[in-house]
Amino acid sequence: METKNIMIVGVGGQGTLLASRVLGRVLLTEGYDVKISEVHGMSQRGGSVVTYVRYGEKVYSPIIDPGQVDLLLAFEQLEAYRWLPYLKADGRMVVNTQKLSPMPVITGSQKYPAGLPEKLQEACEGVILMDALSLAKEAGNTKTANVVLLGRLAREMEISKEAWVTALREIVAPKFIQVNKKAFALGYQEN
Amino acid sequence: MPRWRQRGGNTLKKQLMLGNEAVARGAYEAGCKVVSSYPGTPSTEITEFSAKYSEIKAEWAPNEKVAMEVALGAELAGGRAMTAMKHVGMNVAADPMFTAAYTGVNAGLVICVADDQGMHSSQNEQDSRHYARSAKLPMLEPSDSQECKDFVKKAFAFSEQFDTPFLLRLSTRVSHSQSLVSVEEREERDLRPYKKEIPKNVMMPAMAKGRHVVVEKRMEALAAFSDETDLNAIEYGDKKIGVIAAGIAYQYAKEALGDRASYLKLGMIYPLPERKIRDFAESVEILYVIEELDPVIEEQCRAMGLRVQGKELFSLLGEYTSSAIRKVILGEDGPKACVPDPSVEVPMRPPVMCAGCPHRGTFYTLKKLGLTVTGDIGCYTLGAAAPLSAVDSVVCMGAGVGMAFGMEKAGGDEFARKTVAVIGDSTFIHSGITGLIDIVYNKGTSTVLILDNSITGMTGHQDNPLSGKTITGEPTKQVDLLKLCDAIGVERVRVVNPFHLEELERVLKEEVAAPEPSVVIVQSPCALLKYVKHPGPLKVNPDQCKSCKRCMAIACPAISMGDDKKAVIDFTQCTGCGLCQKLCPFNAIGKEDA
Repeated sequence: METKNIMIVGVGGQGTLLASRVLGRVLLTEGYDVKISEVHGMSQRGGSVVTYVRYGEKVYSPIIDPGQVDLLLAFEQLEAYRWLPYLKADGRMVVNTQKLSPMPVITGSQKYPAGLPEKLQEACEGVILMDALSLAKEAGNTKTANVVLLGRLAREMEISKEAWVTALREIVAPKFIQVNKKAFALGYQEN
Repeated sequence: MPRWRQRGGNTLKKQLMLGNEAVARGAYEAGCKVVSSYPGTPSTEITEFSAKYSEIKAEWAPNEKVAMEVALGAELAGGRAMTAMKHVGMNVAADPMFTAAYTGVNAGLVICVADDQGMHSSQNEQDSRHYARSAKLPMLEPSDSQECKDFVKKAFAFSEQFDTPFLLRLSTRVSHSQSLVSVEEREERDLRPYKKEIPKNVMMPAMAKGRHVVVEKRMEALAAFSDETDLNAIEYGDKKIGVIAAGIAYQYAKEALGDRASYLKLGMIYPLPERKIRDFAESVEILYVIEELDPVIEEQCRAMGLRVQGKELFSLLGEYTSSAIRKVILGEDGPKACVPDPSVEVPMRPPVMCAGCPHRGTFYTLKKLGLTVTGDIGCYTLGAAAPLSAVDSVVCMGAGVGMAFGMEKAGGDEFARKTVAVIGDSTFIHSGITGLIDIVYNKGTSTVLILDNSITGMTGHQDNPLSGKTITGEPTKQVDLLKLCDAIGVERVRVVNPFHLEELERVLKEEVAAPEPSVVIVQSPCALLKYVKHPGPLKVNPDQCKSCKRCMAIACPAISMGDDKKAVIDFTQCTGCGLCQKLCPFNAIGKEDA
């Protein structure tokens, strides 16, 4: 098979690393060669963060270049738009509609672009928008928005729901597993 | 399902590991006894993962030089030892390292150095491969996590075989990428017997002269070995194009060109395998050297008289991509991408101090007082970012202290009255102390702020000699900063909480005015520490908000101006630190449930 490319983008502190860990675990148990790349350190401090996930028969580079992403998972609107050129023309993206203002917007030197969800839909046919924060609240903890999004991503992949829940159980601390399972289910069922 | 896929199969045999975790695993399996390092992105997790193995005595040293010396002592005593650092950390450790090439080793010594192409978390982009040549130390470079583990094990064995420390060069993309690794059992090793050998281990001129001869002979043996080892291997594809590459650049090239090229993959990058390179050059039509940063391999190929293409096609700056390699060598464009509307201006999202960060109050006050700030390396480097823009210089670990004094020496008393050095707790222990001693000894009057947040923050929360805990979380002696400053001879030492803005401002004014050296310990724990309890998010009352934007001056990511021109607080980020509340003249900010 050709190597598949998934990219997870968001803002440092939003929990993208946990999402990539669960995804990596699932792909490993499904028997793929997997490479995951992320950057630690300074850029994690509220900056734009990116995780590359590649899987297939044999993966060489751990990095994904523009135009190569099959499936993009965006934790925030502006980040979705920033990384849009990485998506294949026929790729799909799951976008959390949450908005987080970056420092140039906070200081007033730039504006947070208006109407991004519509702009995303104009540029790409496979855009799936969701309010993960509300669903996370419904699950019982706003911090589980990352797992809600993972649930929605899971629906776009040909891997059984059970495999995802097993991976979740292996990665998440036992005392948080119930709320995370609920968050995953809410994301998975969202239309 | 194809044969190469076996559901559940991979988990039984293989684990998904970070390159750095695989390095630690390799050390564990090789029977390594001691790992000593100072944290530095992208090398930090090597030592963190080493500390998870009870068989390895892992530690955070105060700086890379001490770490290197502890590792040297450990191998001299007969136990396999390792140290890991980022590229700039090697500058600090270079002094013992260069002479360790002369003494050689008793038990194996592996020195890991992680470069940061693209400067994701660094102040420069230096290429650590130059160190291998200048220190006359052999260097291996893995290209994925499995190789990280395998190469560390080989490096330990080679280190003992050739009686020399071995360097392992990593990069951000190898250190911080996860790929599959087969794990094996640890091979427990007895200590190699310790012998007192003055001519080998006491490097005074008479002995060192003799050892230099040994070093040069060893380099010849290593060069011959580089031609023999299967770490340097040719993979034939189409022979029209030949590529020499190592590490992550090999993966990019392989991704870009597949079997449309042949490869000489180098696992041992110093000394280079001259015969293999010549044979490979002869077997292909066009030869490329693909290496990020400096033309280290390319220049050596040219010195052999070979015709190669390298830096005339590929940049000296930043990271490469497989797409760029494909474009340059095959002239092919990448796949068709989604196209954003070009009229949308996408604001950058630079890293910022976290919501609730204790450094915010400090830099707000420094800016308010209009002070010149010689800064340092850590989260607080972000005090230089707009809109605070409160830092004037950042060079390297510890530089801020010496530079503040230098400004005073050249600029005189007037400079001293408006300049402060700002340094973190861990960085102060690393190399700020010596600068402070210089200020006192040479009769300076500089003011040094030690931002004590009880942890090494930027690299992801490592304990240090000021935190009172070891790498494994065991309680230990804590450096007493007050006594330390007293012992150095600093008579003016103040302790303030950075959230108490008025007191902080008053103390800073007094201390810069004082005609003698002073230290201000600005104390409050990192907001991300698990034990720190936050009051919970604040809320803006829009009826009371007069849109004066005073609260915007602290550059908190949790507070911004809403569409209605009123300030608004993002409850997912706000910790309730109360800094914005203190600045609001209209009492518009309060508890969320109030």
